[in-house]
Amino acid sequence: MASSNKHKSISYAKWGYFFIIPFFVVYAAFQLYPMFSTIRDSFYSKMTVGLIEYPEKFVGLDNYTNLFKEGDIFTYFGNTFIIWIIGFIPQIFVSLLLAAWFTDIRLKLKAQGFFKVVIYLPNIIMAAAVSMLFFAIFSDIGPINDIYKSISGSEEPYQFFGHITSTRLIIAIINFIMWFGNTTILLMAAIMGVDPALYEAAEIDGASPSQTFWQITIPSIRPILIFVLVTSLIGGVQMYDIPQIITNGTGSPVRSSMTVVMYLNNQISVGKNYGKAGTISVVLFLVAAILSLAVAAINSKDQIAENRAKKLKKKKMKGAYRI
Amino acid sequence: MTKLKRVLCGTMCLAMAGSMFTACGDDNSSSTAADVAPVEQKKEGSDESKNTIKIYVWNQEFQGLFRRYYPDYDAEKSGYDTAKNEKTGTGDDYLKDGKKVVWVVNENTNNNYQDKLDTALKAQSESDDKIDIFLIEADYALKYVNSGYTTPLKDIGVTDDDTKDMYDYTKQVATASDGTLRAVSWQATPGLFAYRRDIASEVLGTDDPEKVQAELSDWDKFDAVAEKMNAKGYKMLSGFDDSYRVFSNNVSKPWVENDTIQVDDQLMKWVDQTKNYTDKGYNNKTTLWADAWSADQGPSGKVFGFFYSTWGINFTLAGNSLEKSEKDGGKQEVGNGLYGKYAVCEGPAAFFWGGTWLCAAAGTDNADTVADIMKKMTCDKDIAKKLTLDTLDYTNNKTAMQEIADDASYGSAFLGGQNHIKLFAAAAPNIKMDKTTAYDQGLNEAFQNAFHDYFNGTADKDAAMDNFYKAALEKYPNLKKAD
Amino acid sequence: MSTSTTDHVGEHSNKTALLVRRIVAYTVLCILTFLCLYPFLVMIINATRSHPDIQKGFKVTIGGAFGSNFKNVFNNTDIPLINGLRNSLIVSGCCTILSTYFSALTAYGIHVYEFRLKKFAFAFILVIMMVPAQVSALGFYRMMYDLELTNNLIPLIIPSIAAPSTFFFMKQYMESSLPLEIVEASRIDGCNEFRTFNTIVMPIMKPAMAVQGIFTFVANWNNYFIPSLLIDKKEMKTLPIMVAQLRNADFVKFDMGQVYMMIFIAIIPVIVVYLALSKFIIRGIALGSVKG
Repeated sequence: MASSNKHKSISYAKWGYFFIIPFFVVYAAFQLYPMFSTIRDSFYSKMTVGLIEYPEKFVGLDNYTNLFKEGDIFTYFGNTFIIWIIGFIPQIFVSLLLAAWFTDIRLKLKAQGFFKVVIYLPNIIMAAAVSMLFFAIFSDIGPINDIYKSISGSEEPYQFFGHITSTRLIIAIINFIMWFGNTTILLMAAIMGVDPALYEAAEIDGASPSQTFWQITIPSIRPILIFVLVTSLIGGVQMYDIPQIITNGTGSPVRSSMTVVMYLNNQISVGKNYGKAGTISVVLFLVAAILSLAVAAINSKDQIAENRAKKLKKKKMKGAYRI
Repeated sequence: MTKLKRVLCGTMCLAMAGSMFTACGDDNSSSTAADVAPVEQKKEGSDESKNTIKIYVWNQEFQGLFRRYYPDYDAEKSGYDTAKNEKTGTGDDYLKDGKKVVWVVNENTNNNYQDKLDTALKAQSESDDKIDIFLIEADYALKYVNSGYTTPLKDIGVTDDDTKDMYDYTKQVATASDGTLRAVSWQATPGLFAYRRDIASEVLGTDDPEKVQAELSDWDKFDAVAEKMNAKGYKMLSGFDDSYRVFSNNVSKPWVENDTIQVDDQLMKWVDQTKNYTDKGYNNKTTLWADAWSADQGPSGKVFGFFYSTWGINFTLAGNSLEKSEKDGGKQEVGNGLYGKYAVCEGPAAFFWGGTWLCAAAGTDNADTVADIMKKMTCDKDIAKKLTLDTLDYTNNKTAMQEIADDASYGSAFLGGQNHIKLFAAAAPNIKMDKTTAYDQGLNEAFQNAFHDYFNGTADKDAAMDNFYKAALEKYPNLKKAD
Repeated sequence: MSTSTTDHVGEHSNKTALLVRRIVAYTVLCILTFLCLYPFLVMIINATRSHPDIQKGFKVTIGGAFGSNFKNVFNNTDIPLINGLRNSLIVSGCCTILSTYFSALTAYGIHVYEFRLKKFAFAFILVIMMVPAQVSALGFYRMMYDLELTNNLIPLIIPSIAAPSTFFFMKQYMESSLPLEIVEASRIDGCNEFRTFNTIVMPIMKPAMAVQGIFTFVANWNNYFIPSLLIDKKEMKTLPIMVAQLRNADFVKFDMGQVYMMIFIAIIPVIVVYLALSKFIIRGIALGSVKG
C-alpha cells in the first residue's frame, strides 16, 4: 500500500493533520466550546433579569415550540433576506461590470489605480461609522432632505427612517457601497488569473467583448463567484451592525428592519433570555449549515467540471508561453 | 516559528483546561428579589484595593464635578489645573491621604454599562479588588437599590440628619424595600416648560411667565394654545417624545405589578395627544436628541417650547439657542440667536427628568472615604450652593436652593433675567416618585419607540401596542402581558 | 473569410463602439466614485466643524474647528488616543499575521494531503463559516471572564488563527494557482513538508495573503462587538470602543465634532495600510499568473 506509485502517497497523511491542527484546536477552544454551552442553553429555561438570576430548568423542546408558535423569527429571516438581496443584486452586477472593464485590455481605462482605491475605501471605515454618516446624510435636516425639499417644494422633510421601504433601502445601499469594491477586487483577481491564451484565442476567433465575457470570463471565475456568493450570504445572514445603528436596535419602523442576529442580540444583551437566545442560535446555525452544505454540493460538482477544464488548459498554456 | 507554535499550543492547552474547569463548576447560585441584605463578602480586599477608590461610571460628568469640588481631591498630584478646571495630566487621580481613585468607564450603548456593572458586582464577593462606588440613574435605580449589592448608607455613616436637606423624591427612589436609604444624588432635576418669549408675545399677547403659565396650566388649555400656535404658523412642540415625561411621571399605577405589565391611562393620553398633534401639524415629528430636534431650539426653529429639566435648560437649550455657537467663537450673550429670548413656566403638570445617584457597593473596603465623598458631594450645603452658582446645575439641597431662589438679584441672562431657580425650588417638592419600578427605563423606551410608528402612520394603534409588548418582553422575559 | 474592406469597416465600428463603451465606463465610475467619497466628504467636513454647527444640519463648507476638535480629542485624558492606536495596531497586526499564515497552512494541509478526515474537516469548516459571532459570544465572554483574560489583548488575537472564510479563500486560490507538481518537485529536492510550505508555497500564496491580509486587518481594526464585551480598562481599549464612548458622552461633553475627528483619526492608519498594500496586491497577482 505504501509503495503506491501515486505521488500523493499515504506516508504524507500525518502532515495533513499537523497542518490543520492549530486551526481546529483554536476553533475548539474559542468557538466550539462556547457554542456547545449555547446549544445546551436552548434546552433550558434560563434567564437573568437585572441582577436576579432565575433558577435554571430543563424544558426539553419547549423553547423551540414556543419560538415557532410565536413565529416572529420567520418575519426576521424574511427581513434579513429582503435587505440582503436588495443590496446583493446590484453589488454582484456592478462588481462584475467593473472587474470586466478594469481587466479589458482593449478598453484601456485610465486612472484605474485611483478608481480601484476609491471603490474599496468605504469598506475600510467601520460599519458603525458608515451607518452614522448615512444616518446624518438622510436625516430630517440632512443634505438629501435639502435636495428633496428644493425639488418637491415641500416644507416638510421626508422622514426616511419613518418608512419601511426607505429604511430597508438605505441599509441595503450601505451594504452595497461597503462591499461592491471588495467584490470587484476579488473578481478582478480572479479574472486576471484566467489564462490569457483563452482571451487571445477568443480574439482570433473574432468574439465580441460580451461574448468573451459570458463564455470565457464567467465560466473561468466560477469558483471565485461562488466564494463571493457564499461570503455575501454569510454576511447577509449575520447582518447586524448597520441596521442596529441605523434603527438604534429597534428595527424600526414596525420592526421591519429587525434582522435575525439583531433579534438574537436582543435576547442576549437586552433581555438576557439565554434559553431563547440559545434556541435562536441553533435555528440560525441549522439554516447556515443547510445553506453552506448546498453551496458545498454545487461547488464539488463544479470542481469535477473544472478539473477537466484544467487538463485542457495545461496543454494550451504550454503553447502560449513558448515565446 | 516553532517556538511561537509551542507557545501557542501551551496557551491552547491552558484554554482547554480552563474551559473544562468552568464546565464542571456550573454555579447554580440564584438569589430572589426580596433579599436586600448586603451580600456577604467571601474574600477580603487586597491592600491595594484598600488604598484604591474604584468608581463605576458611564460618562465623565461626575468625574468632572468630583475633581472640581471634592475637598480632599489632591489636584496637584493628579495633574488637575484648578484655574481652568480641567485635568491636564495623564496620570491617575489621587486623594490627599494618598489613596488612588480609579474610574471604570463603560459607555451606555445597548445596556453595556449595566451589564459590566452587574458582572462586576456579582463577582465582588469573591474578588480582592473591591468596587467602592457606582453610579445609577433614576429609571433603573430600584434594580440596584432593591438588591444586596448596595450598602444601607446609615451603616457607613451617612445619617438621616446628613440627608435632611435633600428633596424627598430623590430619597424615595433610592430607598430599598427594607426602608433603608441606599443611594444619594447631588442633583435634583425638576422639569419646566421653556418657551420662546417672542412667539408668546405674538400669539398670546404676553411673554410674562405667570400669564403664560395661566394659559398652559392644564392639558386642555395646552391643547388650545397649540391650536393658536398652528394658526400663526408655529409648532407647539418639536416632536413625539417631548411631552412624554410630563405624562409618565404622573401615572396612577406603576408599570409593573405582580410581574404583569400595565399601561396607565396617562400614557394613552400621551399617545392620543401626540397623534392628534402630529396629524394636525402641531409638532415637527422629531425625536428626542435628533439633530432636527436640537435645530428646532435655535434661531431657525418655529417651535414654541420644550419640556426640559434643570440641566437641560442651562446646558442643552442655552447652547442650542445660539446663532453662532460657543465653539465657533460665539458667546452666550443676549443678541446671539435666541439667547435671552426664552422663559420658563411650570407647564401643565409637575415632572422631573434625569439625575444621577451614588451607591456604596456592598463590600466596599473604603467605607469611610465613600461616606465622606457622599457627604461632601451630596449633603454639603456650601458645596451645593457653589456648584449651582458655578455650573448652573440644580443641586439637591433645599436650603441652598432656597437661598438662591430668595436672592432678588439672581437671574438667568439666558432666560431674560428670570430667576428660574425660584420656579425649580417651587416645583421640586411636588415631584412624585412612588410609582417607580426597576423596569421603568426599558418600558418607557420601548413604549415611546413602538408608538413612533403609530404617529408616523406606518402602524395602527393595535399594531404599535403589539410591538411595544414584543420589545418589552424581549427586555424583560420574566414579565407577562396584561390580559 | 474576410476581405480588406469589411476589415476596415469592422475596425471603424469597433472604434466607435470602444469609444461609447469608454464613455459609459467613465460615467459609471465617476458616479460610483462620488457615492464612495461622499461619506468621507461628510466625515472630513464635519471633523472641521464644531458640535453646535454640525447639529444645525450639513453644509458643504469647511468649518474652522479642525484644530480645536483635534486638540479636544488628543487632550481627552479619559480616552487615551495613543493607547487606542497602539492596541488597535497590535490586535489588527497580530490577527493579520496569524490569520493569513494559519489559514494558508490549514488550506495547504487540506489541499495537498490525503487523509481520512480530510473531507470531514473541509465540510466542517464550510459549515462553521456560516456561524455568526453572536452565537458563541456569550460563552466566549464567560470563559474569558473565568480565565481572567478580560482587559487583555490575547483573547482578541489568538482566535484569529481559526478564520474559516480566510481559509476558504486560500483553498480556492490554491485550487487555481498551486500546481501539485511544484510540491512534488520540492520533495524530490529533499525539502521536508514544513519547509516546502514556508519556502515554496508561501511565495506563491502572497497575492492571496495580501488580499486576505487587508480584509483581516480592516475587520479587526473596526471590530467593536467582542472587544467591547471584554475590555473596560481605559489603557486597553481599542479605537472603536473609544468612538462608542465619545458618542455616549454626557450632554455637557457630547461633541459630534470630536466623534467625527476620532473616526477620521481611526481610519487614517487603515488607509495607509491599504494604499501601501494595494500596489503589492496588483503586482502580486500579475506575478502569480506568470508563474502559473
